[in-house]
Amino acid sequence: MPAAVDGPPRDESARRVVEAVWRMSSARIVGALARYTGDVDLAEEVAQEAVAQALVTWSRDGVPANPVGWLLTTARRRAIDGFRRRSALDERYALLAVPSADPSDDLPWDPDRIDDDVLALMFVACHPVLSPEARVALTLRAVGGLTSEEIARAFLVPVATVQARITRAKKTLGAARVPFALPPAEERRGRLGGVLSVLYVIFTEGSTATTGDSLLRPDLAYEAIRLARTLAALMPDEPEAHGLLALCELTAARFPARTGPDGEAVLLADQDRRRWDRSAIRRGLAALDRAAALGAAGLGPYGLQAAIAGCHAAAPSVPETDWEQIVLLYETLGRVAPSPVVELNRAVAVAMAQGPQQALAIVDDLVATDRLAGSHLLPGVRGELLGQLGRTAEARAELELAARLCRNARERAVLLRKAAALA
Amino acid sequence: MAKYMLIMRATDESLAKMMSTPFEEMLETVGRFNEELIRAGVLVAAEGLEDPAQGVVVDFGGETPVVTDGPYGETKELFGGFYLIDVASEEEAVQWARRMPASAGAKCEIRRVPTIDEFPQDNEWIIRERAWRERTGQL
Repeated sequence: MPAAVDGPPRDESARRVVEAVWRMSSARIVGALARYTGDVDLAEEVAQEAVAQALVTWSRDGVPANPVGWLLTTARRRAIDGFRRRSALDERYALLAVPSADPSDDLPWDPDRIDDDVLALMFVACHPVLSPEARVALTLRAVGGLTSEEIARAFLVPVATVQARITRAKKTLGAARVPFALPPAEERRGRLGGVLSVLYVIFTEGSTATTGDSLLRPDLAYEAIRLARTLAALMPDEPEAHGLLALCELTAARFPARTGPDGEAVLLADQDRRRWDRSAIRRGLAALDRAAALGAAGLGPYGLQAAIAGCHAAAPSVPETDWEQIVLLYETLGRVAPSPVVELNRAVAVAMAQGPQQALAIVDDLVATDRLAGSHLLPGVRGELLGQLGRTAEARAELELAARLCRNARERAVLLRKAAALA
Repeated sequence: MAKYMLIMRATDESLAKMMSTPFEEMLETVGRFNEELIRAGVLVAAEGLEDPAQGVVVDFGGETPVVTDGPYGETKELFGGFYLIDVASEEEAVQWARRMPASAGAKCEIRRVPTIDEFPQDNEWIIRERAWRERTGQL
């Protein structure tokens, strides 16, 4: 929803139409305008202006027959006005400021190019010259069509912070003279990793909120899924695009069971699996199949994590889960994308497949090499394992340490509950 | 997110128009619209129905149901098929419907599909339906 919508509504129904049209088409509108102007910043700005104009005009004259075309034409006119103003200052715009004599130039957009435009918009918003925070903010804004207010709410940061990140991101893109174009074919796969990781960060923040009182921010997670679906549709031959989509769908399938009536966290073992979203599981497994069919060299990191989520989705209960398979998948993941968090998760799976003693060895190795310092996850798991081994006092100390390190109030409550239960 | 059914209602006028459109062309127009719904990640299901003349009508007007061959009475707006979409708002459903490639004279009715969560969860029949939905992945 564009910022302009936040003002006092002139007309409720016009506002709702503008919102719906924007949600459905913002990426295509901004993408087409960015190709036309060669400038994401200007494209976004004129798109917002067109939306503000639509609120006024549509509530007065009714919704036009082709709302998206109306927004595009209006934005394009604003861009031309902008070129005229800027052409005096900057020769880059001089050429574009000349009105086209070709009437077909008024076509709202080129249907054969629109996919490339949306994809280019994603690649530019996730460009490596930008900081990770800037990529996230710009992707949600320019591709997802969210307002700064919505992004700020989702990440629990001040609106001014988000606005500053977006402004800085646009300046950085301008200064680096990043063209509005798809990366060359030979760079595309490498750059895709950057896009995937931005979408994954957005999803993760929505599915396990790192700070604050609520465990889930489903709107943000669903936004990431929407973007991941778009990306998978635009790059249908990339296994990891499907892998990420599968991972998001399979994780989100558990959302309905992950929080209790008062918003408290419900652990995997205690979740009512009948509440899992079977449609999401089906979509996730279908995406996983596509990833597996496309990946000649086996699944990539997202595909592997999706496969692990798929094992859980297929299992009727925790004891009946194929933990051996999950251990194998974590071992593969550890080779493809080594990380201490993967090691820790492998330890949890090993505990289920082989017992807490074997798992504790992995965890103690992580402690000894100090690779997860400051994270609540390591003492959380260690405390759990020590508890299972009957080393109660040590277990309690670890769980209390984990609670102190944890920044999410809901998760902290679970850790303290576990520690208290050991007493 | 909420599910909406876009119910396509054809009239004699729109049916005549559709019959005069080359089949390949129709496939492409409808296919493009379907593709858009899929890309947006909103399409849940879609089905189109056979010619109403091929239908059978069971009439409950009398004491016992009377079965006759179709089409369904004199109704000018026949149910022709549906899309089921999962979207953020009714307005979004309306906007999708507006983009539907429909022939002149046709109409599209938009109705929200309530979820099973909106029914009394302690009712025995709702519990059974829920179990069936869970088994078949239609929750």
